[in-house]
Amino acid sequence: MTSTDRLLAQTLREEAGPLVASLSRRFGDFDVAEEAVQSAVAEALTSWRRDGPPSRPAAWLHTAASRNAMDALRRRDRQRALATRVDPPAEPRTGTDDRLALLFACCHPALAPEARLALTLRAVVGLTTPQIARAFLVNETTLAQRIVRAKRKIVSANIALTVPPDRELTERLTDVLAVVYVMFNEGFVSSSGPTQDRDLAADAVWLAGVVATSLPREAEAWGLAALLTLQHARSSARFDEAGGLVLLRDQDRSLWDGDAIAEGDRLLERAAALRSPGRYQLQAAIAAVHATAPSWADTDWLQIVTLYELLLEHDPSPVTRLNRAVAVAQLGRRQAEAALADVEALAEPLAAYHLFHAARAELLTSLGRDAEAARANRQALALTSNDAERRLLTQRLHSRALEDGT
Amino acid sequence: MKYVLMFTSNTDLDATINKETLEADYKKIYEWFTTHADKFADGGAELLGVETSTTVKHGDAGAVVVDGPFNEAKEVIGGFSIIDVPDMDAAVALTKSWPLLERPGNAVEIRPMVEDYSQFEQ
Repeated sequence: MTSTDRLLAQTLREEAGPLVASLSRRFGDFDVAEEAVQSAVAEALTSWRRDGPPSRPAAWLHTAASRNAMDALRRRDRQRALATRVDPPAEPRTGTDDRLALLFACCHPALAPEARLALTLRAVVGLTTPQIARAFLVNETTLAQRIVRAKRKIVSANIALTVPPDRELTERLTDVLAVVYVMFNEGFVSSSGPTQDRDLAADAVWLAGVVATSLPREAEAWGLAALLTLQHARSSARFDEAGGLVLLRDQDRSLWDGDAIAEGDRLLERAAALRSPGRYQLQAAIAAVHATAPSWADTDWLQIVTLYELLLEHDPSPVTRLNRAVAVAQLGRRQAEAALADVEALAEPLAAYHLFHAARAELLTSLGRDAEAARANRQALALTSNDAERRLLTQRLHSRALEDGT
Repeated sequence: MKYVLMFTSNTDLDATINKETLEADYKKIYEWFTTHADKFADGGAELLGVETSTTVKHGDAGAVVVDGPFNEAKEVIGGFSIIDVPDMDAAVALTKSWPLLERPGNAVEIRPMVEDYSQFEQ
């Protein structure tokens, strides 16, 4: 990603959401507003790359998007009356509340789950449909249709651009945080490709921070911000120069971003002060133990296992049980045997999950059962769709070396 | 903004409910409609059982009248209401308070009503 791209990304994600929200209010039509901003973003990508960014990027975007919206409304005969009576353009409002309200609408439970992330990326974070399609390796036409359907539903079913009232806030926030979490994970796995001009993981860290700052009494919002900040702090050590995935065990810890880790710790403390633990806070706590450990061997595994026990109370999913078992295995050989039994008990729910087979292979290798480990590695390889993970598993198959699967 | 609430239930499960529960439920429904009277527009109805349903469809020899519902589904619409509330969140909030929502097999579908016919004009 070039520095121009980075500046573009930062400007667009700062401006796009509030702009969609304010144009929606002004024109009374979310679909028109969103489309107008999307076109302005595409124009900005071309024009700013060619000529450099304008001196007032926000005003530039606002003018372009307003013009697009007016054009769209004028094109519609039935809207002509509306277009002539709208108020003159107001100064862009950089309202965090506007952005938050838009985010709640894009992550509304009445929208199809697969559409929520795509719509959030477009309307709230300012990505274009081709950028989203590239990041998720999905067909652009299919993605565009999904977004159109979701936008039409917001308009026709009158899904309001509002932050839910207090009594519903925590429940609705769960849907929002889930979208931000998935955004980060998609970006974290796939952002290394040379075709990417947006860093989805960085966008997700930013958005999680926006949500937490806007809803300061929501512990899990701070927890997610902490988790993503801590994970992202390790991002420059996750890939080698050839684009190969480097596992936590083998990462050069001097490449980790110490400032970001300290920031992640601060965010986690902020969450903990609210005394309302949850899955994101516990995952952040686990990430914090890793982030502050001097080495893989000198990691406080007992602490990590304890945190996984607590996490299981909030999230008793097979994947969490798998991760707990992997941590237990680090405590010693006897524990590794018990961990393998725990992992094997998860065979049924996790048969199609490549990291299940990768973790099982690692445990088998550590117990000297190489032939079984190779078989498990081959199963993992057959199930992964990600290039970097595929390369790592192939390499592991060839070397049969002990590697970490997390 | 007007929405239609379509109340569906599972006929097999409905048949297992005893008389006392049914009576208590009717009382709760009556209270619910009274409490939210300001949100309902005219035109809703409770429907007789699906066994009373008749369907007309087009066949080779023109219109055909047949016994039963169009769909052979276990979930059937037992009634519908038209509500007039500001937005989708208000519609969801009202629907969540429907007293029979917890009864197994019950669900409520929310559909926005077409009010602005100009959207269909070219």
